[in-house]
Amino acid sequence: MHETTAKPKVAVHKFSSCDGCQLAFLDMGEDLLTLSAMVDIVHFAEAGMLDADATVDVAFVEGSLNTRHDLKRIQAIRRNSRFLVTIGACATAGGLQALRNFTDADAWHSAVYATPEYLDSLATASPIKSAVHVDLELWGCPVNTRQVTGAVRALLSGVTPAVEQDKVCMECKRQQAVCVMVAKGTPCMGPVTRTGCGALCPRFERGCYACYGPAENPNTDSLSHWFEGLGLLPEQLREQYHGITSQTEPFTAAGNRYRK
Amino acid sequence: MATGGASPGWRGFLPREAFDTLLRALEAAGYECIGPRVEDGAILYRGLSAGSDLPQGVEEAQAPGHYRLQHTDTPRCFAWAVGPQAIKPHLFTPREALWETERDADGRLTFRPVEPGPRPLAIIGVRACDLAALALQDQHFLRAGNADPYYAHRREGLFLVAVNCTHPAATCFCVSTGDGPQAGDDCDLALDELDEGYAVRAASSKGETIVQQLPLQALTEAQQAQIGREREAARSAQQRTMPAGNLRDHLFNAWEHPRWAQVAERCLSCGNCTSVCPTCFCHQQVDVPTLDGGNATHYREWDSCFTQNHSYIHGITLRPDTRSRYRQWLTHKLGSWHDQYGRSGCVGCGRCITWCPVGIDITEEVSALLAEAGK
Ligand code: SF4
Ligand code: SF4
Ligand code: SF4
Ligand code: SF4
Repeated sequence: MHETTAKPKVAVHKFSSCDGCQLAFLDMGEDLLTLSAMVDIVHFAEAGMLDADATVDVAFVEGSLNTRHDLKRIQAIRRNSRFLVTIGACATAGGLQALRNFTDADAWHSAVYATPEYLDSLATASPIKSAVHVDLELWGCPVNTRQVTGAVRALLSGVTPAVEQDKVCMECKRQQAVCVMVAKGTPCMGPVTRTGCGALCPRFERGCYACYGPAENPNTDSLSHWFEGLGLLPEQLREQYHGITSQTEPFTAAGNRYRK
Repeated sequence: MATGGASPGWRGFLPREAFDTLLRALEAAGYECIGPRVEDGAILYRGLSAGSDLPQGVEEAQAPGHYRLQHTDTPRCFAWAVGPQAIKPHLFTPREALWETERDADGRLTFRPVEPGPRPLAIIGVRACDLAALALQDQHFLRAGNADPYYAHRREGLFLVAVNCTHPAATCFCVSTGDGPQAGDDCDLALDELDEGYAVRAASSKGETIVQQLPLQALTEAQQAQIGREREAARSAQQRTMPAGNLRDHLFNAWEHPRWAQVAERCLSCGNCTSVCPTCFCHQQVDVPTLDGGNATHYREWDSCFTQNHSYIHGITLRPDTRSRYRQWLTHKLGSWHDQYGRSGCVGCGRCITWCPVGIDITEEVSALLAEAGK
């Protein structure tokens, strides 16, 4: 628990992403000093440390896999890391960029880029676990400091980090938010979504966007059925599941049921 | 319990415009006053500084998975039944720190309780069903010789102003459980609302002290007759029922009933029903260490028999699927509660029906389970 000789080595890697999850480290405040005293952060490009090929005890990986180069890089990171922890919706479930998996991506390339032949992207955006074994997933869009701090503390103590897997509804009720689905008829993904955000959206009278991916024991069939009753059209229903965390089951399949 | 047959014992009539005298008397006695207010499309208990804060003219429509407020021109402020929460979160709080641990330089641990300060709180406008639920929570948290100090502290400072129901929701079934719609003596003051004000009854010595400070007028015979009619109307307006008596054997005999799997197809295993239920008391405890591992805070927070963790022990989840979780809820609430607390854990408030995101109705499930028991 208290560091003796060599401090554990940590790396923070980035793939296709907005960089927002890495802010969970940079936003730690005073804890960032504590962290750098306890571990050696050898690679963290956004914070200025560069040693992408270093062998580390824990690698945090942000972002999804989108190019052939990404696939090579993630294999190398896996080989060089004792624990591989994915952080955020992109790394765990494809993220927003995986919306292209449901469209004609080539058509978009030609429409957006002057010289699309320079692009070398894979057919789909995929989560990290589609390519390598992942030891721990921290879900969220973005992940927050509380999650990252908790995971680091547990790993340093040599215990398995607690997995948060209850539905958002549990925290929504602890926060005493009024249920937007019952009181307003607003569709909410909370009943199938993993907790972790503190029920942020329902507290601001919005439905949950499923940022934290599927909770344990999710019943998407029943929720979809209720959404139909609220008047959602098939395409709107598909978008509930194919939003930020589309590349993970049962969300992929639940959305596909409403695909044209 | 509160069937309205007993002598009403009214002390007088408080005109609507004099409602603030009640708040001032409670404040002078040291209470913070909370009561019903409209917020985020629901009736929630919030700080109350004047009668004008009350939801005047507000009625509500409740149905399975459905809650909507409606604005009418009734002068009444309590023309609704129950919102999502009432007393429970103020005593059994959704999340609170129980103790802190500190590690000194030699690695020795010191444990320090986080003592809740006294907080005299007056809750205005509680319902009969919530008082019955409070009596059950008291049984659980104030068990002789093993009282929960956090709960006990807050319970001691509580002043309860009940308002008898005149507008039960379509989801209410307190008549069939025997818990409403009129409050008994498990409160300090009990009010009956009329268009022009409130009939006031003192139900405790604390309540008596407050009553003596109110500018009460005589309650007319016409007013008394009106209250009697409205009480009766509130009873007969209820549309749902829960079968009377101890359902334990019936439910446990229906252990393999196909209905459990059918309800599990609809149930989201989300825990909303247990969270809004005023009698449910399940919680989990979590430690949150500081990053350097030196200190930690130990929290208690609401849990539910619908979560996986709730039945997780030593690598095994005893209730991995929704069928077994729903069955746990119902057989405990309506069955084994009788062994633990001498009565059913349901007071007929209907919250679990309204606030279930997919509208699962406990009364409907029970009647299906009992009607074809053993099939
Ligand atoms: S608002 Fe959403 S997260 Fe909150 S209780 Fe309702 S369904 Fe669950
Ligand atoms: S089981 Fe449902 S109706 Fe009964 S007390 Fe709980 S929330 Fe109210
Ligand atoms: S269950 Fe009875 S006491 Fe409770 S709100 Fe409904 S009518 Fe009133
Ligand atoms: S009965 Fe309704 S509120 Fe309760 S866990 Fe199931 S879906 Fe959620």
